[in-house]
Amino acid sequence: MTARRVVARTVRPLVTLAGLAALWWGIARLGGVPPYLLPSPDAVMRTMWMQRGLLADAAGTTLLETVLGLGLGMLGGAALALAMTASGVVRRWMMPLVLFSQAVPVFALAPLLVLWFGFGIASKVVMAVLVIFFPITSSFFDGLRRTPPDWLDLARTMGAAPWRVLVYVRLPAALPAFGSGLRVATAIAPIGAVVGEWVGASSGLGFLMQTANTRFETDLMFAALLVLATMTVLLWWGVDRLLARLLYWVPDSVVD
Amino acid sequence: MTQAPPAIRLEGLGLSYAGSPVFEGLDFTFPAGTFSVLLGPSGVGKTSLLRSIALLDRPTAGRVVADDAMSLAGRVAWMGQQDLLLPWARVIDNVTMGARLRGAPIARDRAEALLRRVGLGDRLEALPSELSGGMRQRVALARTLYEDRPVVLMDEPFSALDSVTRARMQDLAADMLRDRTVVLITHDPLEACRLGQVILLLAGSPARLSPVPTPDGATPRPADDPGVLRGQGHLMRRLLDGIAA
Repeated sequence: MTARRVVARTVRPLVTLAGLAALWWGIARLGGVPPYLLPSPDAVMRTMWMQRGLLADAAGTTLLETVLGLGLGMLGGAALALAMTASGVVRRWMMPLVLFSQAVPVFALAPLLVLWFGFGIASKVVMAVLVIFFPITSSFFDGLRRTPPDWLDLARTMGAAPWRVLVYVRLPAALPAFGSGLRVATAIAPIGAVVGEWVGASSGLGFLMQTANTRFETDLMFAALLVLATMTVLLWWGVDRLLARLLYWVPDSVVD
Repeated sequence: MTQAPPAIRLEGLGLSYAGSPVFEGLDFTFPAGTFSVLLGPSGVGKTSLLRSIALLDRPTAGRVVADDAMSLAGRVAWMGQQDLLLPWARVIDNVTMGARLRGAPIARDRAEALLRRVGLGDRLEALPSELSGGMRQRVALARTLYEDRPVVLMDEPFSALDSVTRARMQDLAADMLRDRTVVLITHDPLEACRLGQVILLLAGSPARLSPVPTPDGATPRPADDPGVLRGQGHLMRRLLDGIAA
C-alpha cells in the first residue's frame, strides 16, 4: 500500500464525518431548531467530556453485555448449525424453530425477558443472543451444506467416517460463511443489548439514553448515541481483522 | 503396494440418466496391473462410467466386480479433474488427508518421500494457493499415491494444464503408477497414445466401448514417436467420425 493510499484511506472517513458535523451544526444553529430538539455538535462534545465518567461506565456495561451475547450466541449458533448438519432429525425439528425465533420481533419480547431475567445484565445478554442467533446459525448452516461435492466424493473413496468429513472438510470449508454471519452479528448485537436496557435496566448506554430522553437532556442522549456508534464500529473492525487473520486462506479481493 | 492389483470386470453395465440411457450392456475387463485409457468426446458418459467403478454412483443395470472376488471398496484411489486440494491445509497435510479422514496414523516420512519424487520436496509447508497449477496437480498425484491403493481411477487429471506441463505429468504418472490397475479418462488422443497399454473408445448414443490398437513401445511413449503420432491421427479420425455420425 502506498503512502498516498494510506492517507486517502484515513482522510476519507474524516472528511465524511466533518461534512456530516458541519451539516448538523448548520441545521442546529442556523435552522432555528431549539437545542432540546437538536443540540449542536459542540454542545454534544462538551457534554461528552463533562460526563465522561458516566458515559464510560454505561459503555462498559453495554460492551460487556454485547461481548457476552456475541460469545454465547456464536457458540450456541455454531453448535446448532453443526447439529443440524450432522442429524436430519435435529434439522427437521429445529429449522422451523430457528426461523420462528427470527420472525418474533425481539423488541416485543424485551419486556418479557426483563421480567424473567431481571434488571441486571442477564436479560440484555439474552436479548443480544436472540438478535444474533439467526444470522450465525443460518450462515454457518448454509456454509456447511455447500461443501463442494467433489471433495465429498474424494473423501468417500478414501474411506472416511462421516464425522471426520464434518470435522476435517465440511467445517473448515464453512468457516468463511460463518465469518460473514459473525460480522453481521457483531454489528447488530449492541442493538439487542441497548433495546434490553431501554426497557428496564439500572446502567448501560440504552438506560442512559432513556433517562436523558425523559429529562430532555438531548445533548447527553446524543453523546451516548455517538459513544454507542463508535463502540460498535470499533468492535466490528476488531472482529473483521481477527477473522481476516484466522481465515488466512480466503482471498480478500476488496482490501485496498 | 500391499495387495496385488485386480482386474476390473464390467458385466452388462448400464446407466440411465433422467430416463434415457447413457450407456447400456457394457462388457469389458480392464486387465490387472495395466494402464488403461478411456477416450471419448465430452458428455458421452466417461465420468459416469468411472464413478460407477469407484462406487460413487450406482449403475442402473449390471455390475462392476474385481476378478479376485473381493469388493473394490477401499481398494480404489481417485484423482479428479480438479486437484481438490484443501485450501486451508499445507501441502504435506493435503497429501496425508486420507489418513486423517480414516483416523489412521499419519506416515509423514512416506508423504515427504512421495512429495520429493514429484519434485516438491522443498514445498512441504506451502499452501495450495502459493503453487502453480502443475505443482498443485503433482500434489494431487502424491496424495493419490499416498493412499497406496491397487486400483487408481483418474478423471481427466491433466486436462487443465498447458501442453508442456501436461506431458511432464504424463511421464510422472506412467512412472509412478506402474503395475497398478489404472483407468484414466481423457479426451486427448495424444495422451491416450502416450500412456495407454490398453486404449478404449467410448462413443455413440447410447455409448459403446470399443478397443483400439495400441502403439508399440513401453509407456510413457515419446510425444514425437511416429507410432504415437499415427495412433493419435487415427483416434482423432474415429472421434470426428463418431461425432458426425
